[in-house]
Amino acid sequence: MRILQNLGKSANIFLQKIGRVTKFIISIFSNLFTPPTYGGEILKAFFQIGWMSLPVLGLTALFTGGALALQIYAGGSRFNAEQVVPAIVAIGMARELGPVLGGLIVAARVASSIAAEIGTMKVTEQVDALITLSTDPIKYLAVPRVLAATLSLPVLIAIGDSIGILGGYLVGINRLDFSSSTYLASTASMLQISDISSGLVKGVFFGFIISLSGCYCGFHSSNGAEGVGKATKSAVVAACVCILAANYILTEVFFNS
Amino acid sequence: MIKINNVHKAFSGQNVLDGVDMLVQEGSSTAIIGTSGAGKSVLLKILLGLIRPDIGEVSIGNIKVSKDKPGRTLSEIGMLFQGSALFDSLPVWQNICFKFLKGREKLSIQDAKEIAIQKLEKVGLNHEVANKYPSDLSGGMKKRVALARAIVGNPKIIFFDEPTTGLDPIMTNTINNLIREIVETMEATALTITHDISSVEQIADNVALLESGRIRWEGKSKKLRDSKNPYVYQFVNGKTKGPITAI
Ligand SMILES: Nc1ncnc2c1ncn2[C@@H]1O[C@H](COP(=O)(O)OP(=O)(O)OP(=O)(O)O)[C@@H](O)[C@H]1O
Ligand SMILES: [Mg+2]
Repeated sequence: MRILQNLGKSANIFLQKIGRVTKFIISIFSNLFTPPTYGGEILKAFFQIGWMSLPVLGLTALFTGGALALQIYAGGSRFNAEQVVPAIVAIGMARELGPVLGGLIVAARVASSIAAEIGTMKVTEQVDALITLSTDPIKYLAVPRVLAATLSLPVLIAIGDSIGILGGYLVGINRLDFSSSTYLASTASMLQISDISSGLVKGVFFGFIISLSGCYCGFHSSNGAEGVGKATKSAVVAACVCILAANYILTEVFFNS
Repeated sequence: MIKINNVHKAFSGQNVLDGVDMLVQEGSSTAIIGTSGAGKSVLLKILLGLIRPDIGEVSIGNIKVSKDKPGRTLSEIGMLFQGSALFDSLPVWQNICFKFLKGREKLSIQDAKEIAIQKLEKVGLNHEVANKYPSDLSGGMKKRVALARAIVGNPKIIFFDEPTTGLDPIMTNTINNLIREIVETMEATALTITHDISSVEQIADNVALLESGRIRWEGKSKKLRDSKNPYVYQFVNGKTKGPITAI
């Protein structure tokens, strides 16, 4: 009986949370296209979310591409298929590793900073101050970040894909005795537009998920430093789990079409 | 006119406001006093529409705050938050002129900065402060910048949540004079929360004492010290014994 009661309680809390998140998403969309737009804030968000994520994303992609080349070579050599390295590195990066790793890395960097920033503003009454100055906090704080993350992530992922393929190429020609021209020709012939585009579409969703969890957890942060800390942690955890779940669903969709 | 009608508010089962009734006349300066934790700041936030009362309603002019969207009354209200609530990411002058930079009535950067510097001088701060960030200021300086932000744009109604807490006696006097001046020259309605009885006498025409969720005494500020009301007597004289229980 007790178990059932607890189960009911948890389900209730879960449903309430879904309701609040849905309401939050609706308020973001309803603020997206109505004036005023805060151009300065949007530019700043693009800089902080898009541009500043490049170094960490680039390094992640470079090392992953390199390691992928080595692994595929090791696996491929078991049935004399070492020549598949360039193709599989390219396809693997573009279809799966680029978007997922890029999404997770940006989630760790961006979702946490958005949640901490907005959470601190909430607990120091800066969000209240915005309201008293006739500025909608969703419009001023959330919309620029959501826009910037949703639009920058596909670009970041495209760059990450290229750097990852470069990493595979460098390892391929330096460690695995591929000739530069064979490696490049093999990459180019195997990689299809749909491989790349599916990754970019995933990027749009991941960018939205990252900024949404950052903003939502920030705005719902409870009082004090501890509250902001919790909000930051929840933002990263929620973003990462949702990215992986969304990745599976989107992969199913692309796989079927 | 600000009307507060039977306002109740509880936080996680604990009553903070328990039937507050109050009227603030247009163009008057009213002080709210009360012990720490009495719910004074919560009452101001209810007036701003930031917190919804559980029961009761408040209205400003003819507009009901508790039911309408807060935006409709807020354009006429200036607010000084107890903790200053300055935007960390913006320099002082942008904090002060936020309304003119991001709001509907946009001004050029030049004009906005000029206004910010004027207001800074009014609250006794040097123009060099304009380009600093809030994190570089002392607590008292933050408070004065927040005061400058509250009075920019000449709002008709101004709420001050402890405007002089943390300031030295000379600055306290300056700020009190400034509040008095604003009420008189701008014909604004002011509602000030303070713990300082001499500030009350200096800035307010009327006083209300909020204690244990209700207004326990209301009257002219001149009569505060002579009042026989046990709450007022205890508060003004700082007695530990009386109807107000110090926890
Ligand atoms: N957002 C909130 N959530 C939960 N409880 C709150 C919240 N805001 C205020 N309270 C509680 O309401 C009570 C009144 O708080 P309030 O800030 O109004 O006190 P105050 O009269 O302004 O005191 P002080 O003079 O110290 O500023 C306190 O017990 C506080 O813990
Ligand atoms: Mg207070």
